Amino acid sequence: MLRKGIALAAFGLTVLAAPVALANAGAAPVRETEFSFDGPLGTFDQAQLQRGYKIYREVCSSCHSMNLLSFRNLGEKGGPFYDPKIKNPNDNPFVKSIAKDYQINDIDSETGDVVQRPGTPADRFPNPWANEAAARASNGGALPPDLSVIAKARHHGAHYIYSLLTGFREPPAGLKISPNQHYNPWFPGDLTSAWSGDPAHVPAGGLIAMAAPLAPDKVTFDDGTASTVENQAKDVAAFLAWASEPTATARKQFGLAAMIYLLIFSGLLYASYRRIWRNVAH
Amino acid sequence: MADTVVGANPDPHAAGEDPNRRDFIHIAATIAAAGAVGSLAWPFIDQMNPSGDTLALASVEFDLSKVEPGQQVTIKWRGKPLFIRSRTGKEIAEAIKGNTADLRDPQVDEERHKPGKAEWLILVGSCTHLGCVPTFGGGDFGGWFCPCHGSHYDTSGRIRKGPAPKNLAVPEYTFLSDTKVKVG
Amino acid sequence: MSGHSNYEPKSGFEKWLDVRLPIVRLAYDSIVDFPTPKNLNYWYTFGGILAVCLGIQLVTGIVLAMHYVPHVDYAFASVESIMRDVNYGWLIRYMHANGASMFFVAVYIHMFRGLYYGSYKAPREVLWILGCVIYLLMMATAFMGYVLPWGQMSFHGAVVITNLFGALPVVGQALTTWLWGGFAVDNPTLNRFFSLHYLLPFMIAGVVGLHIWALHVPGNNNPTGVNVKSKEDTVPFHPYYTVKDGFAISVFLILFATFVFFNPNALGHADNYIPANPLVTPAHIVPEWYFLPFYAILRAVPDKLMGVLLMFGAIATLFVLPWLDTSKVRSMRYRPTAKLYFMIFVLACLVLGYCGGQLPDNHVIPGLSTFKLIDADLNSFVWLSRIATLYYFSYFLILLPVLGLTETPLPQPESISEPVLSHPASMPAGATAAPEKKG
Repeated sequence: MLRKGIALAAFGLTVLAAPVALANAGAAPVRETEFSFDGPLGTFDQAQLQRGYKIYREVCSSCHSMNLLSFRNLGEKGGPFYDPKIKNPNDNPFVKSIAKDYQINDIDSETGDVVQRPGTPADRFPNPWANEAAARASNGGALPPDLSVIAKARHHGAHYIYSLLTGFREPPAGLKISPNQHYNPWFPGDLTSAWSGDPAHVPAGGLIAMAAPLAPDKVTFDDGTASTVENQAKDVAAFLAWASEPTATARKQFGLAAMIYLLIFSGLLYASYRRIWRNVAH
Repeated sequence: MADTVVGANPDPHAAGEDPNRRDFIHIAATIAAAGAVGSLAWPFIDQMNPSGDTLALASVEFDLSKVEPGQQVTIKWRGKPLFIRSRTGKEIAEAIKGNTADLRDPQVDEERHKPGKAEWLILVGSCTHLGCVPTFGGGDFGGWFCPCHGSHYDTSGRIRKGPAPKNLAVPEYTFLSDTKVKVG
Repeated sequence: MSGHSNYEPKSGFEKWLDVRLPIVRLAYDSIVDFPTPKNLNYWYTFGGILAVCLGIQLVTGIVLAMHYVPHVDYAFASVESIMRDVNYGWLIRYMHANGASMFFVAVYIHMFRGLYYGSYKAPREVLWILGCVIYLLMMATAFMGYVLPWGQMSFHGAVVITNLFGALPVVGQALTTWLWGGFAVDNPTLNRFFSLHYLLPFMIAGVVGLHIWALHVPGNNNPTGVNVKSKEDTVPFHPYYTVKDGFAISVFLILFATFVFFNPNALGHADNYIPANPLVTPAHIVPEWYFLPFYAILRAVPDKLMGVLLMFGAIATLFVLPWLDTSKVRSMRYRPTAKLYFMIFVLACLVLGYCGGQLPDNHVIPGLSTFKLIDADLNSFVWLSRIATLYYFSYFLILLPVLGLTETPLPQPESISEPVLSHPASMPAGATAAPEKKG
């Protein structure tokens, strides 16, 4: 009976794993890489988050909004500018200075006009575009997705982002693409209709409206890390993973404690069970 | 009642033990269960405490250079009105004179502003009677007047006449510079 | 057995209360003193596990409702606000989302247990039917709950399922418009789904009360399927089964915790973290995993109305199961042929679940193209779904009725105690052999 149960469980888990097979259909499998926050005990590397934030600020934020995050989140526990001595992230000097660099839309309380003012930690990251139509108009009809939860909204999360950002390359001969499109083997899509070569060997990947955003030395890292596309992609992927779930580290810590407690608790209950049932034939 | 376990087929030749509820292992298991429930209770209680975005607006920085002498600016702070008043010399003098008056809620004017900054009065604009917003400059004492039930406050925000029991509340604040104040 | 109550109020307060509202007596009779067969195995702990799941969903759900905003412009952002700003909001949200999956894991095991041991047979038909009602309510609740975060899957899943009602002749379109509160899934739909999602779990709790009452009238079934003959066959529920259920619950919580803390989005779908966009359909719309078998049945049939009828028929068949199975023997332990067909039935359900998550035209064996049968290649998930669906309905409508009449069951034990005591490994230490001599 127990063996059947285990066999069933194994099959059941295969069923659960199946939908992942459909994920990113047509795209190349994500590149092998390691992030510090992988795994059940992984944590974010604060230095990496700071570099990643810089890339977001200098490269991505000109087109991509991050409208579910506020500046104060950067100073919260686990975040890029967290300082254990400053409990309230609204008082964090880095956070305040980052916020001040942004211009936030506001209403003048005397005239009622729309004005711009320097940001405060409580403000959200502003949207680079006034609205969706404006965003599409400036990006060849494509809407740059909001990055607040991008790592959770894509299969394989940070690994996918890293693969995508390092994956831009020349399209193979035989692939017809228009000027606003760019070939990337890691972007999900079906290139059968744009492919004039051997139909049995359609190239993996799809066409993305974004041109390769990263370039060597595009962003200078203050800690001296080499500014290769590889490093930039890893760092910004890590930052976006943090932005998608700032409480990930807290979750894993709580989980470790909970698991230990539950294992001990199960042991106690099992011993209790055996003691109670000792004299009963069953 | 545990003895009715006898009806559950214990071996009659065994050493007369039945599942004794007072066994250590059962106590340990019960305590562990209570501990699990208790420690899980805290997140469910804490989630009702103010959340991150509410706390972010718990303190506000204000630029005092916007307020003319003799004027008051009202802003929203923690969901309530906050009066930031720039007092004239005359108003300060009257407030000091009121120190010796018969006050329902005795306080001297010096307690209600920061040392050396007597011209700046920062008060929660909520009448201590039933919470209406007092009007600026009205009433018999030149401070504020609450139209709801006729409370009169002086130029230090102290209750002088009317049903309010306490002076207008002074919130926690600090001067970050001569022209900038952080409230809360 | 719903028989004489052994409760004796001790303190003055207990006596006073017992005369006015014998609630302590009810609790004592139901979960302390209740005579329970002593041979229940771990498959029988899932009822208790389900009660804990319902409690977890209720508590986490009510707390989430303190922060969630059921409006199309705010729903997605309010869920993210719970995840980021509300103290321990991430914990409560992940518990609720994964708790729903755990609820279905437990309910499927609980139902398969009932099928195997014949717990649906007389006199427990109403108990089984109440269970089917709970299952239906759970599915409705889970469906509406998944819509609330207003992600891409939430929205488009709601579109697909509400559009199913349009297949009904005559009333279909009017019914769908009525469900939507408009011309498409939109804010009125979201708002009413939130209201009903809050309501239904309390109805589930009520039916669970009836379910336990209906159980306590005849008492529990047991793995032999043989009725309890005497007090020798039973033990009081407390402490024997409170501790066994407690242990099973703690192991279940370990599984729950691995998902909540270490892989909280494994059972969901990444597309649901994309805010809903009515103008863009996701590449693959899939429901949550616990609906996949029914999704496969729906897509197995080329005709929309027939697909809908067959999908609902699959659930409706469960309701009449007590009258389909003609066997006089309850437990499949003693029905070797039926046991084999049951195992294949479980396999068919798992296959249906797998098919539900695949694209219908994809090859089952990759790369192998056979021939086109009617409307699809034979080596496709459509045909695999059809075979599994055929088996699903044959099992209930043909096999069980026929097997009961034709098969030769194994000899059943005289009583619960008999096979237990004749099995050497289950003898308590120091016990004498040959208990028949006990008399």
